Amino acid sequence: MPAVIDVRDLRTHIVTRWGTIKAVDGVSFALDEGETLGLVGESGSGKSMTCLSLVRLVPRPAARIVGGEVRLDGEDVLAKSEAEMQQIRGRKMAMILQDPMSSLNPVFSIGMQMREPLAMYHGLRGNAVAARAAELLAAVRIPSPAARLRAFPHQLSGGMRQRVVGAMAIAGPPRLLMADEPTTSLDLTIQAQYLGLLKELQQRHRFAMIFVTHNLGIVARTCDRVAVMYAGRVVEMGPVRRIFTEPAHPYTRALLESIPRFGVRRERLTAIAGQPPDLARLDAGCAFAPRCPAALDRCAEAPPEVTIAPGHTTRCWLHGPA
Amino acid sequence: MSVVAIPETQAAPAPASRRQRLPLVSLSIVAAFVLVALLAPLLAPSDPYDQSLRLRFRPPVWEERGSWSYPLGTDRLGRDLLSRIIYGARVSLAAGVVTVLISSAFGAAVGLVAGYYGGRTDAALMRATDATLSFPVILLALILAVTVGPSFTNVVIAIAVILWARYARVIRGQVLTLMTLDFIAQARIAGAGAWRIITRHLLPNTLNTLVVLITLQVGYVIIVEASLSFLGAGIPPPTPAWGSMIAEGRDFVTSAWWVSFFPGLAILLVVLAFNLLGDWLRDTLDPRLRQL
Repeated sequence: MPAVIDVRDLRTHIVTRWGTIKAVDGVSFALDEGETLGLVGESGSGKSMTCLSLVRLVPRPAARIVGGEVRLDGEDVLAKSEAEMQQIRGRKMAMILQDPMSSLNPVFSIGMQMREPLAMYHGLRGNAVAARAAELLAAVRIPSPAARLRAFPHQLSGGMRQRVVGAMAIAGPPRLLMADEPTTSLDLTIQAQYLGLLKELQQRHRFAMIFVTHNLGIVARTCDRVAVMYAGRVVEMGPVRRIFTEPAHPYTRALLESIPRFGVRRERLTAIAGQPPDLARLDAGCAFAPRCPAALDRCAEAPPEVTIAPGHTTRCWLHGPA
Repeated sequence: MSVVAIPETQAAPAPASRRQRLPLVSLSIVAAFVLVALLAPLLAPSDPYDQSLRLRFRPPVWEERGSWSYPLGTDRLGRDLLSRIIYGARVSLAAGVVTVLISSAFGAAVGLVAGYYGGRTDAALMRATDATLSFPVILLALILAVTVGPSFTNVVIAIAVILWARYARVIRGQVLTLMTLDFIAQARIAGAGAWRIITRHLLPNTLNTLVVLITLQVGYVIIVEASLSFLGAGIPPPTPAWGSMIAEGRDFVTSAWWVSFFPGLAILLVVLAFNLLGDWLRDTLDPRLRQL
């Protein structure tokens, strides 16, 4: 059986006045049913752009997918027509965005908005829609779902709204769910609940999940595998446990050292020295080299992808072929 | 744990009513004029086209030579002024409402498309909008009147052809703001196409603005129609239109002031009422739109 989502050498470029930005520069990964990938990296590293590229919704006309392959259940997504893409979006690939305050249409009640995907995906009409919508709301643990259908977004809290967005995302139910920092604007306690909910939904519907975040704590709790992105490239990918215990890439190490840990006494947290690179002026070499404490002369050349353990790869000359 | 009793007066301060009072005066003026226009044949005391040269320039009823058969007096052809004003309400309101509806529908469509697609579509549509806004309505109407002849249809066309641009501008601006919000992105990710996003997500969110703008523009269109009729490029005589009635009385203002005065008063009242109503709607529906 093919992987649910199989991405190979995906490249998305953005043409700007200052030059071409390689927002996604040769990203590859594959996910099976029920598997969760954490996509980690700082702002502008290409995490969100990778997700948008999978559903082919990169901001046109500046951004374009210029190369690579995306296969959903073996089907070539990049070869689909726009009409076919509309059939795939939402139904097979769903996404939850960051800001629950603006991710629902303020002028329609929850019931009205949920009618839209249900009618589009399943051709439901009338009472069947309301019944299914209430079921979905119940599935995301919204109390008295039938009554909530009449509520408007402004009457719900941020956590509730994000649950409604989640309910709409699983209306398909999708094969792949992408969550782009879905808990960033929620309270800490609500965050934990929401993450638990997503995992529960995943177990029920067996979808593959991509979790975009810069919060390594969330990754540790929810993901099976991690891909660390830097300047549009995946610099390290591997099972969560290995990434946390034996990070191979200096950037991953730096990221892990910059989070506070319980029980470890340290005077100051380590910050990563230097500034994120100017994406319009990258050369072939490792983009992290200027900030890297272990940089070598060879870092001016493009580092190859090396497998250092089963399922654990990195792009760094430190582990490179000698 | 102890329960602290809160004095009732402090417990819940009465929520200040944010909604302003209904603008009863302007609402009733607008309603009255609409009723008058609809029921013109029943309300008018006499035929607005009925001429009688012997009865020229009869003054209103409260003046010395006035009579109850012509409550507001007669004009230079001896036609009853009140009846003409009543029938004139039909012309003014119809011109105002029809023009505004046509131009708002077209303008909103242009604004939605420009804001949604952005890029070159947006640039092309907005240049067309700018060009339109720089063209004087009166001039276009005069050209139409001279070439095709003055008529109600031509007045509506002349004004609508220019007026849509304002709607396009304002709606496009709103759409640009809406496009940055996540629910539009979320709708796209859910597989909604352009038509669905425009009609189901963008349009409903701009309706507030549209309603406010429509109300404010009705008054403006009535004034423009009256100006055109005054210049002879609007509704051709003998159809009673307030603008042309003012023009007809212009030469006799010193001797028969009422011929121009009462149609002018009618324009003033209707336009003022519509503007106040629009202001109230704006303050109630969307206080951020102060600049409209």
